[in-house]
Amino acid sequence: MKSGSLSAERRNKTILSVVLSIICIIYVLPVLTVLLNSFKLNTYVKTDTFALPKGEMWAGFSNFIKGMTFGNYPFWKSVLYSVVITVLSTALILLCTSMAAWFISRVNSRFCRIVYYLCVFSMVVPFQMVMFTLSKTADTLKLNTPWTIPIVYLGFGAGLAIFMFVGFVKSIPLEIEEAAAIDGCSPVRTFFSVVLPMLKPTMISVGILEIMWIWNDYLLPYLVLDINKYRTIPIHIQYLKGSYGTVDLGATMALILLSIIPVIVFYLTCQKHIIKGVAAGAVKG
Amino acid sequence: MKKRHSSVNAVSRTISKWGWLFMGPVVVAFVIGFVWPFVQGIYLSLCKFRLISDAQFIGLGNYTKAFSDPGFLHAFWYTALFAVVSLVIINVLAFAVAYALTQGIKGSNLFRTVFFMPNLIGGIVLGYIWSMIFDGILSRYGTSILMETKYGFWGLIILMCWQQIGYMMIIYIAGLQAVPEDMIEAARIDGASKSQTLFKVTIPNVMPSITICTFLSLTNGFKLFDQNLALTAGQPFIIQPGGTAVKTTEMLALNIYNTFYGQNAGSQGYAQAKAVIFFVLVAGLGLAQLAFTRKKEVQQ
Repeated sequence: MKSGSLSAERRNKTILSVVLSIICIIYVLPVLTVLLNSFKLNTYVKTDTFALPKGEMWAGFSNFIKGMTFGNYPFWKSVLYSVVITVLSTALILLCTSMAAWFISRVNSRFCRIVYYLCVFSMVVPFQMVMFTLSKTADTLKLNTPWTIPIVYLGFGAGLAIFMFVGFVKSIPLEIEEAAAIDGCSPVRTFFSVVLPMLKPTMISVGILEIMWIWNDYLLPYLVLDINKYRTIPIHIQYLKGSYGTVDLGATMALILLSIIPVIVFYLTCQKHIIKGVAAGAVKG
Repeated sequence: MKKRHSSVNAVSRTISKWGWLFMGPVVVAFVIGFVWPFVQGIYLSLCKFRLISDAQFIGLGNYTKAFSDPGFLHAFWYTALFAVVSLVIINVLAFAVAYALTQGIKGSNLFRTVFFMPNLIGGIVLGYIWSMIFDGILSRYGTSILMETKYGFWGLIILMCWQQIGYMMIIYIAGLQAVPEDMIEAARIDGASKSQTLFKVTIPNVMPSITICTFLSLTNGFKLFDQNLALTAGQPFIIQPGGTAVKTTEMLALNIYNTFYGQNAGSQGYAQAKAVIFFVLVAGLGLAQLAFTRKKEVQQ
């Protein structure tokens, strides 16, 4: 009886594994289709979407070469701007919001509480609510370049970061900071050499969430940046389809592939942190 | 206890002198990036303007106009339907996958990695990947995803499932792993069947995760923009008797965007009124979530 139920359980697990494997393959198919079509001549992408790119369909690397200057804008430039904006914004957000969060939870004055509750409130405000006025304000203040847009990201994205940092700082025992203060550490030094190292796990979670948001963000940079000069990858890809009557689908797929590869590499290398960060952000947000 | 309190004050007093340094950058950016645009947005929704500098106060006119716009009302019902349908499908499937992956089968980590992957791809890129796939299938039947509303609707549902199941799965896995092992063991010893254990022990214990995921997928559904723009951009259109077109697969966020930046100049105040209505809707969902989770916590 017992061995019977055990083998039944083993059989169930095998069936489950098989079902999950099939779902897994279906999950990867869209990305594989992009890979296939990036090597296909334009005319075949629509008619033979799921065929292997062989024979007359094979385009070699011509799609990738064409994609580089596609849409009258060099692709490497949009990659560069995406990297600049993502790195600068994330760094700025991590530095400024962790400082503010520490201050908020240690000082706890009325002003701090007002800022904190405004931040929490900003988390439920959809971007469409402020997009028009925000893009006008950013324009007036000349925040429309990749080097200044991080300030806009800091302002609009501060909510979640402050919320997560405050939650964590509250759990840090005060005694360590007191000891530092008694030893004659200034608050600035206390923060940077005592508090900041302890914030590392939350830094990683917040950083991951911000990177994922900013790298993929389309509407904010589209409305804020000077589009003729600066395009990020999502803006560039949207432009390919948007403004040209006949789109070279093969070249578009080549660019999509090129834009997915770094994301997948990033994911596979920091998978553990990414999944942890996402879970932390979801539970709190 | 009292001593601790006074030392808190001592620490906070020395820190508070540095407020300009610690709070300054965030407060300045927050005012530029959120507070001022938000306040100005509320004010402008009550105005008629072409340029912000010559805005004219007109009261609630923009709101009545927004509520009588067939395109906006269609977008509202379409979005609500989409949000509810995607909510049910995504959560049921995500829970099923999470449950399967916590049964200790081989390769669970690999499956988890693959299922989560689409989450990192941005909405615009996702939209183009899937529009290629759907058109690849539908072109064999001489049609396209842009030809029929139902194709656009279900296409977007499939896309969102592909993207979001992995995300919700992660939250459910965390919830399932927190269910006390001995509780399940006790149920089994008492002779409960597998499905009884699932419904009577496991699911009540993961209710917090279910609440989080339900609200997350609901608000995600309401706020959806990039995927909607990239997949169908509102097509197909139906021309109304008055000459205005209703974009049948256009969701709320895209409708607001098109009212702001579409062909019809001078309608910014009216678009801003739509944005305020949208904000009230989404914020209402957020507050409902907060109230709901608070109530649950009290009960436990």
